[in-house]
Amino acid sequence: MSQDVYVVAEHFKGKLVEVTFELLGKGRELADARGENLIALLFGHGVKNLGAELGAADRVIVVEHPQLESFNPEAYSAALVEVVKTKRPAVTLVANSSMGMDLAASLSVGANLPLVAYAVDVKWEDGSLLATSQLYGGKLYVESQFVGAGVVVSLLAGASPADKGRTTRGLPQVEDFATPPLGGPKVRFKQLIEPEGGDVDITTQDVLVSVGRGIQSADNLPLVQALAEAVGGALASSRPIVDSKWLPRTRQVGKSGVKVKPKLYLAVGISGAPEHIEGMKDAELIIAINSDPNAPIFDYAHYGVVGDLFDIVPVLTERVKS
Amino acid sequence: MNFVVPIKQVPDLVEELELNEEGTDLSRDTVKYKINEFDDQALEEALQLKAEIGGAVTVLALDGEETDKMLFTAIAKGADRGIKLMGDFAGGVAMHAAAKAMAGAIAAIPYDLILTGVQAVDDRDGQLGALLAGYLGVPQVSVVTGVRVESGKAVVRKEYSGGVMAEFEVDLPAVLGIQAAREIPRYVAVSRVRQVMKSATLEEVEVHNAAGDEGSSVRRMMKPPKGSRAQMIQGSPEEIADKVIDLLKAKGLKK
Ligand SMILES: Cc1cc2nc3c(=O)[nH]c(=O)nc-3n(C[C@H](O)[C@H](O)[C@H](O)COP(=O)(O)OP(=O)(O)OC[C@H]3O[C@@H](n4cnc5c(N)ncnc54)[C@H](O)[C@@H]3O)c2cc1C
Repeated sequence: MSQDVYVVAEHFKGKLVEVTFELLGKGRELADARGENLIALLFGHGVKNLGAELGAADRVIVVEHPQLESFNPEAYSAALVEVVKTKRPAVTLVANSSMGMDLAASLSVGANLPLVAYAVDVKWEDGSLLATSQLYGGKLYVESQFVGAGVVVSLLAGASPADKGRTTRGLPQVEDFATPPLGGPKVRFKQLIEPEGGDVDITTQDVLVSVGRGIQSADNLPLVQALAEAVGGALASSRPIVDSKWLPRTRQVGKSGVKVKPKLYLAVGISGAPEHIEGMKDAELIIAINSDPNAPIFDYAHYGVVGDLFDIVPVLTERVKS
Repeated sequence: MNFVVPIKQVPDLVEELELNEEGTDLSRDTVKYKINEFDDQALEEALQLKAEIGGAVTVLALDGEETDKMLFTAIAKGADRGIKLMGDFAGGVAMHAAAKAMAGAIAAIPYDLILTGVQAVDDRDGQLGALLAGYLGVPQVSVVTGVRVESGKAVVRKEYSGGVMAEFEVDLPAVLGIQAAREIPRYVAVSRVRQVMKSATLEEVEVHNAAGDEGSSVRRMMKPPKGSRAQMIQGSPEEIADKVIDLLKAKGLKK
């Protein structure tokens, strides 16, 4: 068992993903608190050059193979399990992303290590790790303690500032790890499917009126559409609105949707689940209208209105117009 | 083709969540439960696949709050078989223990495609799908929104961010963590569920609760830190509207 902290670097289309730097920042904190090393893990094919950008780590361990060219739940998990079983780090940090959700639980079972998911913080306390997770759609924070050493924690996006993970300590040493058997392959990557264009690009709008399940029915959408037009913005939404096919996928803000940074984000009937917050928390001005005073959206909004959107939105639209 | 859908009840977030005195769990007797919305999506996708290519859908759940009603509702929607896993699961269960119990029960029945909800609001120690696949030793893909079965293999679409998806071909048997079904989950009338409760029966299987195997425990639960809360705007709808307009003006968004 080593005392090192490991971080799984995530990359897509040849570039490191933002969350990797958030993990590195948090990993650096954990390693420095005990004077240990921070190691970044890189899986892929021809990705060694990315190692140079992982300067917040002391070392980078690379596993390369054609089967790792694109993310693959089976092959990536196999590689990760093997490295962790061999090196036995004190902590392995994984992003709670689409890829990380496949990896963290597979690692937990494959290497027989505890896992805590949805973490917004991890720290040492009296020699033991303590992880704080955001559960129940963001309505509760839960502190977990671990039994034994060697743990896996998956971190929510935004858990730690990325800047810290971009601070480099020089060119990290990059070492190869012999590629283990990657399984099957029972899971084969076929292709990437890009979203269809042609709709309003909500990432370039200054003003977004964003609607959630509080709107109850597609028949009520004109209400928020009118408000969006009155304030000179576009209509965006949470995921359930899109899954219900009331708005096109291009309007979805959040983890699997797009990230937006408008001057104004007016959230109407959106609860503020972590997956939604991930996409809009950096908006300059966030105003939320929600009938539930405990809705997590109010933890991120600058201004909040507790009330029925059906009372407030029409009046607001009228007054903005006049 | 044999489809298996593990489902569970989770606290309904519309209700206020109260903590127990020790602050280590929800005050369970005050909780109102409903089916995990992503499990409902997984069930819908399984029913759609069954309609498309034929087969049977088995739903299974750990015995807990209103489990019978949830399983009968699934049968009323079109599931063929309901299995209740009996054990000591009062007071909630960790996902590692749930996955182990499920894996044991599923290994004893025919299965080709296991569809789980991609996550739940209370799966602190990890999402069910990948844990279950790990214990069963079968491949898995999570965050899936599109499933086809072609020549005995599943072709699935996994969502990344920004609307980008990756397509994978997966050998069966496999576990898929379903994000959204191709159609909105169907609704079934309460009267129909009542009918099914009279005619259908649930199978019961004894399983072991491997509590503690998750290697972590809850030390404390708490409401989010208050520091960052929004400044609240109060008044009549007209007063609220005027204050919002002032904010827009201050931001230079309205003359
Ligand atoms: C892998 C993954 C990725 C995801 N990606 C995304 C994503 O990209 N974007 C996203 O949004 N979600 C995403 N989700 C889903 C997310 O977990 C939540 O389910 C979703 O954000 C909830 O949407 P909502 O707030 O509209 O609905 P709900 O959570 O149901 O909230 C509705 C809100 O409306 C309020 N309300 C009800 N009636 C009224 C009224 N009359 N007036 C005012 N308020 C009212 C309620 O109080 C409630 O707060 C993802 C989930 C997973 C698992």
